[in-house]
Amino acid sequence: MTVLERPDGAQPEPIETDVVIIGAGPCGLFAVFELGLLDLKCHVVDILGKPGGQCSELYPEKPIYDVPALPIVTGQELTDRLLEQIKPFNPVFHFGERIDGLARQTDGRFLLTTDGGQQFLANVVVIAAGGGSFTPKRPPLQGIEAFEGTSVFYSVRRMDDFRGKDVLIVGGGDSALDWTLNLQPVVKSLTLLHRRDEFRGAPHSVNEMRRLVEEGRVRLMIGQVTALHGEGSKLAAATVKTAIGQETIGVETMLPFFGLTMKLGPVADWGLNLNENLIPVDTEKFETSEKGIFAIGDINTYPGKLKLILSGFHEAALMAQAAQKIVYPDKKVVFQYTTSSSSLQKKLGVK
Amino acid sequence: MAKITFIQPDGSAQVVTAEPGLTVMEAAKMADVPGIEAECGGACACATCHVYVDADWREKTGKPSDMEEDMLDFAFDVREESRLSCQVKVTAELDGLVLRVPAKQF
Repeated sequence: MTVLERPDGAQPEPIETDVVIIGAGPCGLFAVFELGLLDLKCHVVDILGKPGGQCSELYPEKPIYDVPALPIVTGQELTDRLLEQIKPFNPVFHFGERIDGLARQTDGRFLLTTDGGQQFLANVVVIAAGGGSFTPKRPPLQGIEAFEGTSVFYSVRRMDDFRGKDVLIVGGGDSALDWTLNLQPVVKSLTLLHRRDEFRGAPHSVNEMRRLVEEGRVRLMIGQVTALHGEGSKLAAATVKTAIGQETIGVETMLPFFGLTMKLGPVADWGLNLNENLIPVDTEKFETSEKGIFAIGDINTYPGKLKLILSGFHEAALMAQAAQKIVYPDKKVVFQYTTSSSSLQKKLGVK
Repeated sequence: MAKITFIQPDGSAQVVTAEPGLTVMEAAKMADVPGIEAECGGACACATCHVYVDADWREKTGKPSDMEEDMLDFAFDVREESRLSCQVKVTAELDGLVLRVPAKQF
């Protein structure tokens, strides 16, 4: 698997490719296969740090019973098998990046831009984004939006932003613990707030955190935030409900770690027709309202749509036929089976 | 069949008839109970089917498993009576169960 990582701050040239697939879930992965058989090269972008989409993020260990010919397969196994299946086509993966911009160029190709600044020029775009992009959960606290980006953060980009600040970290998993340990030396004060005195994180992180608490360098509070206070975008305090009552603590920044949720995200801004956060497509090519942009898997809708992995696979196969006509308009398409076609077998590396 | 009452934050109540063997979340989704989102489809992986069990029923529904407790960390306004409805199986014993839907599901 080729994973492209980019050094911070680099502004690379746009990557030119036949197809950009948005989403590395099962449908996005299988699209690489179907497109690959038709000689289309793919780059795959996913906001998660690994392939598999919901299969690996939400239920890696849970069995799936309705993938044809696999009576039982876990989300992770399915992902691993798909990765093996598409290996001959050598797709390039871009993990931890979200496609923010998508615009057609004068030459008919699409210019795609990620949140990290990476650009792609592609003839075809395949949106296989499932339930949308996984984004950090926003605690439903009144007025929290105003503080986001200045006082409330869902990730740490630069530790320096927290230097000398009164920081509140909320959560009980590895993110909350890791940042407690990493930020403690640079902040003015650090409070770790969790709803119970049990932590899901790695045991050594938990021990390390407990040590800092014992030494008085971290304050551990057991409770939940109920309100935020401040002026404009500047957070000043948070009210915390504890077992014994309420306490308002002075904090300048807050890092809530409540896991991920799926949001449609930037797809909504690309000028495509949408229907209740889904992308309507035809059932011949699975093309959106924009020629050359296809949508497959859970994110599309059409009469009779079923959100099944097997339906997404079918959609990928038909989409690939239409994509090939865009990239190679003059090529005569001859339908072939992998079982008997020597040219397909050559592409798969089995001949 | 078991009758389950879902009470919304505004006090409105909806009685759902559920088949034993289903999860409470599945019964709620079939009846379109507002506020039960169940984003992950019942894998105990998202905490968006959070409910509060009425005091009279807490013994019968039991306590969350460790896995469910871990996932409740991702819910908002978690209380002693919090459960993830995808982890509560409908049984004949739960006929009459009363649940409250939280104001916010994240």
